[in-house]
Amino acid sequence: MGVVIDKVVASVDEAVAGVRDGDVVLVGGFGNVGVPVALIEGLVRLGRRDLTVVSNNCGTGETGLALLFKHHLVSRACASFPAQAGNHHFVAAYESGECALELVPQGTLAERLRAAAAGLGGFFTPTGAGTDLMAGKETREIDGRLHVLERPLRGDVALVTAHLGDRFGNLRHRRSSRNFNPVMAMAARLTIAQVEEVVPAGSIDPDDVHTPGIFVDRVVAVGGREP
Amino acid sequence: MTEGWTTDQMAARLARDIPDGAYVNLGIGMPTLVTAHIPADREVMHHSENGIVGMGPRPPAGEEDPDLVDAGKNPCTLALGASICDHTVSFTIIRGGRLDVAVLGGMQVSARGDLANWRVAGQALGSVGGAMDLAAGAKQVWVLMTHTDKSGRPKVVEECTYPLTAARCVDRVYTNLAVLQVEAGGLAVVELAPGVDAAELESSTGAPLRWSAALAAPQDT
Repeated sequence: MGVVIDKVVASVDEAVAGVRDGDVVLVGGFGNVGVPVALIEGLVRLGRRDLTVVSNNCGTGETGLALLFKHHLVSRACASFPAQAGNHHFVAAYESGECALELVPQGTLAERLRAAAAGLGGFFTPTGAGTDLMAGKETREIDGRLHVLERPLRGDVALVTAHLGDRFGNLRHRRSSRNFNPVMAMAARLTIAQVEEVVPAGSIDPDDVHTPGIFVDRVVAVGGREP
Repeated sequence: MTEGWTTDQMAARLARDIPDGAYVNLGIGMPTLVTAHIPADREVMHHSENGIVGMGPRPPAGEEDPDLVDAGKNPCTLALGASICDHTVSFTIIRGGRLDVAVLGGMQVSARGDLANWRVAGQALGSVGGAMDLAAGAKQVWVLMTHTDKSGRPKVVEECTYPLTAARCVDRVYTNLAVLQVEAGGLAVVELAPGVDAAELESSTGAPLRWSAALAAPQDT
């Protein structure tokens, strides 16, 4: 049996090829952990604009997500925790009106991604009921409690990280860098994974695959973290 | 006039009420101080919304794992019995009512248990994080905050004026002056900090308080 399925690509630039202007880009990570920094840098080199970026945070300092705002590539951000120290590139884009913000409770963000991944039309949740974030949304009382209708959040592209990956796209994450990566991998049309190491097929035990390769389109090895 | 408990004493007072064996989430800010007051020999499981059940304390310098942080993005460790999950599972824990106690900071708590803790009125850029999920989903929501704000205005109020995190979600409030319980009929005083009398608590609180006979009596301290 020959090798038919091989999702491993040789470079980051090859991995991000095909991302288009105006795409909805899901970016894994929580704070600076599990953020696909190399893929973001590839996206900056590609120079695609008018992106909608969906990620828990909006980047800090001069690396990772912050680069997308620094280079004026984002017209809309969807995040739960954008206001944090060191987010000056996002703040500049937001305050100039270049980038709009949709603030989403963290659990609602995860579940909207999951709804998209699972082909659901949305869900009702008590989270956000009676708050400013309920504005403009359909509500319903279920079992005596006010619920808010939240819609699925689907990506054109997902940029995710993993510790290990194989040619089938199977991913194994490490510690709290798993965070949003598996659900984002499942919620996009094109899922691109940067991994610390590409390992031979079969060497991630099937019981230890966290994100099944069926959800992953491209895998690129970027090596370990820089010290 | 007394300041009552110090911040550390408030955290210790709250920690005393966390049952052994509880699954808890301590929010970022003041609630993280509670951890230090749960002795290692008490088995309490700490949940962190970025996918950790069984979070341990900050590691010694030089032993940080860049893949392992708490909800405030600070380095942490894993305790015996820990597990890692992704965000959907972590918020299934929160939203599915599996947490026994969520401890949150507060800007305002109303007499009905409404909580405002994520954004001041009129602020352009707010961050909600997991606060709305924790407030709506945990079995018990305890708020740890100073009794009054920096200008001396009550933070326990009849109606919140800051944007809500969740309505009718707070069960208990731990402040420097007192421990309050949100009951159907209003706010009940559970305990006064040493040196704080009923009159002082009343004057620092923006909502009616319900007193038991024992607590309303003059304090001997």
